[in-house]
Amino acid sequence: MALVELRNVSKIYRLGDEEIRALDDVTLDIAEGEFMSIVGPSGSGKSTLMHILGCLDSPTKGTVKLDGVMIQDASARQLAAIRNRKLGFVFQFFNLLPRLNVLQNVELPMIYSRIPARERHKRALAALESVEMANRAKHRPSQLSGGQQQRAAIARALVNSPRIIFADEPTGNLDSQTGHAILSLFRDLSQQGRTIVLVTHDSKIAAVTPRRIEIRDGKIVDELRPTAPSPAKQGLASAAL
Amino acid sequence: MLLAATFNQILAHKFRSVLTMLGVILGVSSLVAMSALVAGMEKGAREALIAIGGLEKVRVVPQDIPVEQRHLSDEAVGVTLNDVRALQQSAPLVTQFSPEMRLSATFSANGKTYRPWNVSGVWPAACLLNEHVIAHGRMFNELDDEMARNVCVIGTATRDELWGSPEKVGREIIPVGETVFINGMPFTIIGMFEHYESEQDRKARLLAASEAKHPSRKGIGRDRGWRASRGGYVFTFKNQTVYLPLNTVWMKFRYGATQLAISSGKTSRTIEGATGDPRLSRLELKIANVNLLSEALQQIRNVLMTTHKGIEDFTFLTQEDWADQIKVFIHNARLSGGLIAGVSLLVGAIGIMNIMLASISERVREIGIRKSVGAATSDIFLQILAESLAIAVLGGLAGLGVSVGLVHLLSSVSPTDNAPIIRVGPLIFAFVSSVIVGILAGLFPAIKAARLNPIQALRYD
Repeated sequence: MALVELRNVSKIYRLGDEEIRALDDVTLDIAEGEFMSIVGPSGSGKSTLMHILGCLDSPTKGTVKLDGVMIQDASARQLAAIRNRKLGFVFQFFNLLPRLNVLQNVELPMIYSRIPARERHKRALAALESVEMANRAKHRPSQLSGGQQQRAAIARALVNSPRIIFADEPTGNLDSQTGHAILSLFRDLSQQGRTIVLVTHDSKIAAVTPRRIEIRDGKIVDELRPTAPSPAKQGLASAAL
Repeated sequence: MLLAATFNQILAHKFRSVLTMLGVILGVSSLVAMSALVAGMEKGAREALIAIGGLEKVRVVPQDIPVEQRHLSDEAVGVTLNDVRALQQSAPLVTQFSPEMRLSATFSANGKTYRPWNVSGVWPAACLLNEHVIAHGRMFNELDDEMARNVCVIGTATRDELWGSPEKVGREIIPVGETVFINGMPFTIIGMFEHYESEQDRKARLLAASEAKHPSRKGIGRDRGWRASRGGYVFTFKNQTVYLPLNTVWMKFRYGATQLAISSGKTSRTIEGATGDPRLSRLELKIANVNLLSEALQQIRNVLMTTHKGIEDFTFLTQEDWADQIKVFIHNARLSGGLIAGVSLLVGAIGIMNIMLASISERVREIGIRKSVGAATSDIFLQILAESLAIAVLGGLAGLGVSVGLVHLLSSVSPTDNAPIIRVGPLIFAFVSSVIVGILAGLFPAIKAARLNPIQALRYD
């Protein structure tokens, strides 16, 4: 059984009389341990797809099953708990809380899962260790470079040992060198068995993942399976790294 | 953790938080100060009420004969000693009797003259009924009354005027045994009442006395006269009381024989001849129980209607009206003060709500982040509510501190007869209202913040 099962999912916005199909009848499975990317130009619906996968939004039609739970039927409280324990987010603009230091930012998800302070501290430090940020634990986000901030954000996404990590344009705000470092961090995490979904408009970045989904106008227009790797695209991937 | 986050947020905007608290501080401190002022007034009023004999006292005074009985005016007997005897026998609800003949008298002694406010011929029981306390010498007794001796008991005001007050002379003069001429007739002073004053005046006087011992504090003295002396008029008048035996006033001044019923000339003119009884200027009675006041009044009325042959030439004065007036006044003061305090608390609440709304609109992104890492709606709701509550509670605590200072300031800037009293009850009430203000003011912003859509919140800049 796949970790995530999307069945005929549509998301329809209404603007006056006009109907906008942000997602149009999308069916998708994500298996445990997969490293995949969702690619598409802006406005293609990839963000909407990620929001639905990430339990931040609910579909208009269709069903989403995440780790055995039907998302479209879950209450707001259940969704919050799922986001807290099963999902981790990494954003383009890092989204660290500016008034908290790095350690406190990483502790944030555990506060909402009511983990005692001592345990929280230990796990946050371990997560920072895994992204090589333990020496910056007491720094404020504003005292860090973009790459360091993104590492802290990844530590925050990791800290509750989620089933899936979603990364929305994680390199979009970084120079190419730091971007590569972050991407290789994701690859390392993937090799440790984490399920990672990368959302990007840049096919070069998408090339690092074995599985790629291209989305346009709310529909999956192309899918690349790791079982059938095309040599050309593999070459591109290694070039990107 | 919630607590830490809350105080973190408040400390991050110190100036803004203090400004917001100011509304609550003002509300709480005005609430406490107002109730302290009212409590002071209430205490002063209660002291005064006790000083004039309490609620159980009923006065029977002569009054104009009603229009429909005018033709009987020749028959009207007035309030006389006969009434007292009748009441003693037939009105069991009345426990104490004090007939009074009020004299208009000039006192002269020691080369000075003085007209006290109240010179009355009374029975020895008057002392008890009017809450007089003999400080020096003795009250005259039944024998003095029987023999119509020329003795009197004076209040401190008479002593002050004729011999000098302790403040001026520097020592207390006790003129017991001295002779004083009342309307030219020599009387021996056999006793003096204690000096009556409100509790606050007593404190002020003792303080002044202790300060006077330090020579360095000596300045130019200023005599403000008795009129300027602080303290309730009740106490001022009470100190001007002089009591003579009732019989003495009747025999020596032939009081009742010439006394007309009080007020306008066209009332009853019967002299003692009509019944052979001395007329009284008034009759003071004490009833057994204040709860039986109306029954007692009915009893007195029934007896007096008989002795007065059905002519209603008397009326009752009770302290109830006065007590009611005090109650109404206190109630109004409390209401208006409460209204002011309530309005300023409301303003404080609006201030908190305003700042919380501003705060959440600049923290939309933070709320989005918190939601994305798994904060439930209730977590965000509680966070905002806790912040608003913390501001209000801090403001409330500061307000309690400020109120104590405010009360001291008020009483030193404008000293009143009744020093404000800070009680625990209003303090607790004020604090609890600040808590309620915090919750109510935080409710709407908290709901608004909790309902934010995380996707839009994350996109927000």
